[in-house]
Amino acid sequence: MTKPLAEIQDLYVEARTDSGRKVEIIKGVSFTIQEGEIVALIGESGSGKTTIALTLMGYTRSGCSIAKGKVLLGGEDLVAMSERDRQKLRGTDVAYVPQSAAAAFNPSYRLIDQVVEVVGIHKLMSKNEARLKAIELFRALALPDPEHIGDRYPHQVSGGQLQRLAAAMALIGDPQLVIFDEPTTALDVTTQIEVLRAFKSVMRKRKMAGVYVSHDLAVVAQIADRIIVLKGGEIQEEGSTQRILDSAQHPYTQELLAAFQPAPFVPPQLVETEVSIRRPVLEVTGIYAGYGPLQADGLPLKTVLRNVSCKLERGRNLGVIGESGSGKSTLARVIGGLLPAVRGHVQLNGRELDPRVSGRSKEELRRMQIVFQLADTALNPARSVADILGRPLAFYHGQKGAEQEARVNELLDMVRLPRALRHRMPNELSGGQKQRVNFARALAAKPDIILCDEITSALDTVVAAAIIDLLKDLQQELGLSYVFISHDLATVQSICDEVMVVQHGETVELLTNDQLPDGARHPYSKLLFSSVPKLDTGWLDSLPAHPGNPDR
Amino acid sequence: MPGQITLLVLGRLGVTLLTLLIVSFVVFGATLLLPGDVVEILLGQAATPEAVAGLREAMNLDSPAIVRYVQWLFGLIQGDFGMSYANNMPVADMIGGRLANTLRLAAVTTAIAVPLALFLGITTAMFRGSLYDRIVTTLIVSIISVPEFLIATLAVLVFAVWLRWLPALSLANDVNSFGQLLKVFAMPVITLSCVISAQMIRMTRAAVIEALKMPYVEMALLKGASRTRIVLHHALPNAIGPIANAVALSLSYLLGGVIIVETIFNYPGIAKLMVDAVSTRDLPLIQSCAMIFCFGFLLLITIADVIAILSNPRLRR
Repeated sequence: MTKPLAEIQDLYVEARTDSGRKVEIIKGVSFTIQEGEIVALIGESGSGKTTIALTLMGYTRSGCSIAKGKVLLGGEDLVAMSERDRQKLRGTDVAYVPQSAAAAFNPSYRLIDQVVEVVGIHKLMSKNEARLKAIELFRALALPDPEHIGDRYPHQVSGGQLQRLAAAMALIGDPQLVIFDEPTTALDVTTQIEVLRAFKSVMRKRKMAGVYVSHDLAVVAQIADRIIVLKGGEIQEEGSTQRILDSAQHPYTQELLAAFQPAPFVPPQLVETEVSIRRPVLEVTGIYAGYGPLQADGLPLKTVLRNVSCKLERGRNLGVIGESGSGKSTLARVIGGLLPAVRGHVQLNGRELDPRVSGRSKEELRRMQIVFQLADTALNPARSVADILGRPLAFYHGQKGAEQEARVNELLDMVRLPRALRHRMPNELSGGQKQRVNFARALAAKPDIILCDEITSALDTVVAAAIIDLLKDLQQELGLSYVFISHDLATVQSICDEVMVVQHGETVELLTNDQLPDGARHPYSKLLFSSVPKLDTGWLDSLPAHPGNPDR
Repeated sequence: MPGQITLLVLGRLGVTLLTLLIVSFVVFGATLLLPGDVVEILLGQAATPEAVAGLREAMNLDSPAIVRYVQWLFGLIQGDFGMSYANNMPVADMIGGRLANTLRLAAVTTAIAVPLALFLGITTAMFRGSLYDRIVTTLIVSIISVPEFLIATLAVLVFAVWLRWLPALSLANDVNSFGQLLKVFAMPVITLSCVISAQMIRMTRAAVIEALKMPYVEMALLKGASRTRIVLHHALPNAIGPIANAVALSLSYLLGGVIIVETIFNYPGIAKLMVDAVSTRDLPLIQSCAMIFCFGFLLLITIADVIAILSNPRLRR
């Protein structure tokens, strides 16, 4: 057997908490990377996958330190080395592609200067040569206008382009090992395909080894040779990509795979009498809305929504799907009255609602609640769970004291949280628990409709799947209707009766659940649905290139 | 849009002018509220009702306040600061020499304190948590907590009384050589530097530390950049806005806030002139001094804001 390119031996990483306590976050991890091999580290947030990947550069984030073990790169131990020697390896032997390229580029400098910075630091070649090499890489990574794109500033190019520029920045020093830290997580699915394809072809051509950190099995299936599954800082399972996908042994891996294929959609059971009086509980017609001052044509400077209409029947769910910037969240804000529409109507149970939230009655407000994407920012960090849930109870139902307490317990039961959590502060809860509290707060009002704005997007797959199950159960129990906004086809498909596809603020197509995803007729819906990665190692290579796809 | 930056800068200058107008109104109004009557103070014992009325009319104090405000404002715009009540000299002449003295002191202090503060601020941020950082930070906190009159008095005690190196009073008029200049300015400059650099060091340190937390700094580190390069090349350019503001705020103190230092060292600056003017109810002089302080303050803040606008890369093309 040939000598591995990199090897981690019995690695332990400690983190120091604010109170000074030391916690082991990586507990005895060992694995090897062969030359030209791409190894994926898979796990949910907190599993230690990024921490492990960064130790391959001899780096730990502040507060963390390598307690024990070896990190061998080309036979040399990065842990034992001096910081100065490590600096020499970074960028030339091992390079890093960050999760958010938008944040990893310094806003003050032109892109080309940052891409070739590695060359300058390590004095690899002249500035002119470096520039030519960068342009060649831009071309290889399928960036538009490779000659001049580097002369722009980071804020002047799109997210997908930045991610590829970050890859060029990593590749310029001809590293033997490239670390990809969730490089496509922040991208839209249609952009993700282009970026993945560019990464894959460059890596293959240059025979570089890679570590690909991700929580998305389907993405990893396209690019990795081997998968290492992590949980709680320990390796759960390791094997070739095909083996892991076909015959995962470890229960946790099986759980991950199961979460990837959400439970099939079952239409809610409606009692016969309700069916006879079926009429829309929410009806939205001809909405125009946007931001900025009104122009001469009566539309805002930046019009986000144009002539959007939709309908939601009682006990049914409407999905709104689209990429970032399509206006789907703006639609939720318009329906909720947070952003008054300049034209169009919102009707609740057949009655016209005031465009702005201040013009709506308390009863109207109560019937429709919004749950926002980020529970972290939506929950007041200074209030306990009981206070957060008690507020809408007091506001809408005038409940106080013991009555309120009983109802808070009831709400916690509903969202399957232990009652003991009522005294906790939001920052003492996990991501999934926070989102449940966020949802319970909407339930507290006893609404008819809940607008869910990307409520599972920030959660790990397994946790998100559990939230979706909860939503379905509560719908059965309480007869709710959801407007479910998401960019993720799988989640929408598992819960919505009807799905509206939006692009550039306009409705592209309205599809019923049984038409998903193959019944789509509009080219954009087809592109969007076909861009969702599949748990199949050959999926990416089998896709035809999209010459018509506007580069975003 | 070729002129986005120009528009922003012009807009900022417009705000400054508007603020200056409001300030002039407040300054004029505030001096009217000062207790005591100028005429009675001027006439002293000899104040008969007729004499008071006569002088009032002669000094044009009978017209409504708003008319006097407009006249005063137009005078200011044309560079006419009015006549001093107390000694019947043009205010401009009285202020002229004194302002130059204060500016000279401010310039020397700036030349020493700003580079020192920036150096200490940046290096403590670079070696955050080290022994060096802790020593400097502790020293700064102690200096901030000590009132400046105490620092000034201690300086006099040490350098003038015990060591006899420096004169206790700073008479700027008998400066003939560079050595003398150093001697005269040493103590006021030390005192003022202590006061203003402490604030600048802390703000610079905080701004650089904030910039060092950004993901692009981690990225630079993972590209193999050295610590010096990371701080100077990646963190500092993005911290310029807040640093410029901290520097401007501290420097503005050199104009209006030097009163204690000028008094202790008997330095003939403008702040001392204003205090004297208050005791003689010399309204035109007080108003002019106040306007000069406010103008200096606004000027510095405006410069800092313009630097912040210019350093914003999102506005570059």
